[in-house]
Amino acid sequence: MVDVDLSLVNWSRAQFALTAMYHWIFVPLTLGLSFLCAMFESIYVRTGDEKWKALTRFWMTLFGINFAIGIATGIILEFQFGTNWSNYSWMVGDIFGAPLAIEGIFAFFLEATFFAVMFFGWNRVSKGFHLFSTWMVAVGSNLSALWILVANAWMQNPVGMAFNPETARFEMENFWAVLFSPIAMSKFTHATSSGFLLASLFVVTISSWYLLKGRHVDMAKKSIIVASVFGLLASAYVGFTGDEAAFENAQKQPMKLAAFEGLYKGEKSAGLVAAGIINGAKKPGDAQSPFLFEVKVPGLLSLLANRVSGSFVPGIDDLLYGNSEQKVMGVVEKMKLGQQAVADLAAFKQARQEKNIGAASEALDRFTANKEFLGYGYLSTPEEAVPPVSTVFYSFHIMVILGSFFPVLFLAYLFYTLKGRVAEVRWLLPVGISSYFLGLVAQQTGWIVAEVGRQPWAIQGLLPVKVATTNLAVGHVQATFFMFMGLFTLLLIAEIKIMLKQISIGPEGL
Amino acid sequence: MIANLEYATLQQIWWILCSVVGSLFLFLTFVQGGNTLLWQVAKNDVESSLVMNSLGRKWEITFTTLVLFGGALFAAFPKFYATSFGGAYWVWMLILFTFIVQAVSFEYRKKPNNLLGAKVYELFLLINGTVGVLLIGAAVGTFFTGSNFTLNVYNQVTWTHPLRGLEAAFSLFNLSLGLFLVFNARVLGAMYLLNNINFSAMDAFEARLRKAVWINFLCALPFLLYVLVSLLLRQGFDVNATTGVVSMVANKYLLNLLAMPLVLGLLLVGLVLVILAVLTTAFKKSSKGIWLAGLGTVLVGLAVFFTAGFNHTPFYPSKADLQSSLTIYNASSSLYTLTAMTYVALGIPFVLAYIAYVWRQMDSQKLASHEVANDEAY
Repeated sequence: MVDVDLSLVNWSRAQFALTAMYHWIFVPLTLGLSFLCAMFESIYVRTGDEKWKALTRFWMTLFGINFAIGIATGIILEFQFGTNWSNYSWMVGDIFGAPLAIEGIFAFFLEATFFAVMFFGWNRVSKGFHLFSTWMVAVGSNLSALWILVANAWMQNPVGMAFNPETARFEMENFWAVLFSPIAMSKFTHATSSGFLLASLFVVTISSWYLLKGRHVDMAKKSIIVASVFGLLASAYVGFTGDEAAFENAQKQPMKLAAFEGLYKGEKSAGLVAAGIINGAKKPGDAQSPFLFEVKVPGLLSLLANRVSGSFVPGIDDLLYGNSEQKVMGVVEKMKLGQQAVADLAAFKQARQEKNIGAASEALDRFTANKEFLGYGYLSTPEEAVPPVSTVFYSFHIMVILGSFFPVLFLAYLFYTLKGRVAEVRWLLPVGISSYFLGLVAQQTGWIVAEVGRQPWAIQGLLPVKVATTNLAVGHVQATFFMFMGLFTLLLIAEIKIMLKQISIGPEGL
Repeated sequence: MIANLEYATLQQIWWILCSVVGSLFLFLTFVQGGNTLLWQVAKNDVESSLVMNSLGRKWEITFTTLVLFGGALFAAFPKFYATSFGGAYWVWMLILFTFIVQAVSFEYRKKPNNLLGAKVYELFLLINGTVGVLLIGAAVGTFFTGSNFTLNVYNQVTWTHPLRGLEAAFSLFNLSLGLFLVFNARVLGAMYLLNNINFSAMDAFEARLRKAVWINFLCALPFLLYVLVSLLLRQGFDVNATTGVVSMVANKYLLNLLAMPLVLGLLLVGLVLVILAVLTTAFKKSSKGIWLAGLGTVLVGLAVFFTAGFNHTPFYPSKADLQSSLTIYNASSSLYTLTAMTYVALGIPFVLAYIAYVWRQMDSQKLASHEVANDEAY
């Protein structure tokens, strides 16, 4: 179909990764802090206590600073599908465009409209309407997460569609299947609850700093109580939905799951690696050990991946070279069928151009038989189907370890705050202050797991990223990459400086 | 009912919907126009704050409308989205950069310790209102002047001009359309501010804005006339109704307007409304001009998009290969997707209704100088 310039593909990927990772510094905080602001304001409206109003307005100020740069870094993501992934946009736009449009219609306008009331409506609308507006900003921002995650989930598990050889694209057949795919639901709940968690850590971090400095002590304690309850509930939910996501991955993206765990040789009663160091020299199919060092919990991976103890979990080698005993079809075989599908599609197009109806119909029949393997026809080697194992493995384990630590932290904060001793527990406050930054690490590694783990596919099993890019000279992409890097870094520094200044000013009158 | 609509009808409905969103965006560029007026009409801190806070309450609606315009085109006409955004890479990238820098500028401009200083954020807003709007105009202009691309049998785009889209800005027609939009946005921006701000004891400020309406209208006029005349006289891209072959036809767009009197009507009524709004605002002390001119802009926008896309016209024509040109029929989503999205679109009136309600709630009192004196103001 196209001559692939790998450096173009890699620069396009780098640009998408750069912009998405910048965007995701700010978005999860928006998702959670919007709800926390709504909760703080609800307490103010119920109690009529002006201290809660000042507290609400303080956190809203920080929310606004973060929100602005979240929007700035977000607009490019929508348009980048077109600018840098135009083949992707054409081939799957029939399905992928819809959630993006719906996101605009139903979520972004909700945020944009009520944001103005939330910030400038204090003296212009009634107390009740103001509170309603704050909740609407929270609902709107989380709704936008729903639609973009539905779109992302579809890339991980393409459902509700069929390939149309006439138009050479995938076309939607079932909207509800796209919306309610199990991966979409687990992605949405996992990502939004992780945002609630991160925002709770944000509140804990800043409040702990105030407690350590002995400033705004009352406000800090009030904030910590709400944030630790919210954070504790959120972290439980993050764990629950994370388990769900891993199960779905095992079913729909077994290669990604194998990379999570560095599992090369599939086995029954597979163990879960609690910690380990990857052997960098390990290649698929060779006899080397995948780990230099590992600590395993026996049998747990089979249980988590399939929810059946003792079940077989395929490894990278099984998925590449096949395992007839376990009925695993290998990439090697899929590539043969895929190459056949690519050739038959080309023959179909050729016959169409020559107006040879008989040949077109024959080619179409042959193509239809193998069309589900079309994507594999573009791979050059079977090993290309393996994502970068060590990146995925370490990211996954860092995320999981941090995710297990946060609920303990919230519990400790809740316990000591209710005992009235939180400001005196000197070991806790520095841990609390660092917690937001650990939360950011967990957020970023989580997306690395999801997206690097999907490689080499743009659409799992159907469209490799190397076929999805816009046909550009690499210099153009390099130029925009560095423009984004420079601009976003500049804006990030500005945001951090403004944020720190506002934190040092603190809430008015508290 | 929607489930029984024909494919062609749905494709037309979606071209109309995209046109409505695009035209509403052109109206909402009063924010961009207002951005560019800041240094010219505001002579002290209070006036600057009033301009910034008045625009700062609306900029997100404009921004979101632009995002929706992109999203709606992606969902309904993915081939256009893939071809234009991927092909005309630089024109879209530069437009996006101007909107990226705008998005932080209202919030960060007056915040202490903001790294760049208020002037730089104001410069970002100026760039957004000039370069951003100009390039959007140039991009829309290519609906009539054509672009440099070819599509292969898999519908993959190859751009045949090394400037990757920026060449659009070097056509006199596209450039004129862009400059017209820049000045029109400034007219709208001044009208919006006149409507939104309480000018008690600030007569000079008000007078400056009224003058800006008139001056910018005069600046817009030659570009508007050039675009209109050129549009009516130029050769246009035509799709043969029976063979589907694209060819150049003399006075194509004039023929389109004559074939679609309703569209001609939209254009004329829209222009009259804008002119009426300018005259009553500049000379009759009206503060309602923004609504009249806003409606006028929307009608003119609709006329432009309809002329580009209806009556057997490829809305995204290719100069490099006429037969690669995109029409609303060959660039659209599948029947299933358009049907599903049409159900979704039933929610749009509800969205417009709550925006209008909130807007009224927030703007029932005009913005006064005492409101922008606190720390939280922009």
